[in-house]
Amino acid sequence: MLTRWGNGSHSIDRLRGEMDRLFQGLSEGLAPWTGLIGGGVFPALNVWEDERGLYVEAELPGLKMEDLELLVSGGELTIKGQRKEAGGESVTYHRRERERGDFTRVIRLPVAVEADKVEASLKAGILTIRLPKSDSARMRRIEVKGS
Amino acid sequence: MAEKTATLQKTPEADVSRAERTRAGRAYLPNVDIIELQDELLVLADMPGASAEDIDVHFEKGTLEIHAKVRPRVTENTRMLVQEYGVGDFHRAFEVSEAIDSGRISAEYTDGVLRLHLPKVEAAKPHKITVKAAGG
Repeated sequence: MLTRWGNGSHSIDRLRGEMDRLFQGLSEGLAPWTGLIGGGVFPALNVWEDERGLYVEAELPGLKMEDLELLVSGGELTIKGQRKEAGGESVTYHRRERERGDFTRVIRLPVAVEADKVEASLKAGILTIRLPKSDSARMRRIEVKGS
Repeated sequence: MAEKTATLQKTPEADVSRAERTRAGRAYLPNVDIIELQDELLVLADMPGASAEDIDVHFEKGTLEIHAKVRPRVTENTRMLVQEYGVGDFHRAFEVSEAIDSGRISAEYTDGVLRLHLPKVEAAKPHKITVKAAGG
């Protein structure tokens, strides 16, 4: 179908409406929630869930907990950190492939979580964040009683 | 600022059909730094999720080969919401042109990083040659 844009103000409104819908679609529709709403692409994340919680995992070899800052706020999880230089700038590198520098990754959480009960562990370079779902987000099994 | 320009995907190993390779399946290429120090080559390999006893290091005829066995961390029927990287073994081989004292190679595995020390043989080390003044 051919759409004609007139000169009248009503068509500007219509255009605005279209734009709003488009942006709404981008922020809500396409990627249901995983929106890379901030920061870069490092570290890569794996996310899974069970009935009790959400689990976010990242490979961060060489990092210690004190190099990391985790924040859960407003339905978002922020992973911030710094990967330090291994050998310093003065040495000769034959290969230099390992990531270094500051990073920030922000993801929107798909369900409400209990922010004060979030736990994180860092073992052999694997960061695992466990976010317990809040009661309202938990799937309830409803008993159907026969009469 | 200094935002990381990282690759989102781990690199799957390209060629796994080499003769000496007996393990089946897919492996990932670890990111590696190779640093030249005065007495040794220091190899740092990112191999997260392994444990020291599951890492093999071989050095033979100038070829360094590293392999880390990585066990799956979630069960097969886990409901993944996002999967940006795969989990599996790491494997990589290098040709080392420098003369290495293979008997003294040592390795540590800390926080998911393998640190390999490849000591140079004496002859390969730079020697400062003192120029003496010829007596007259």
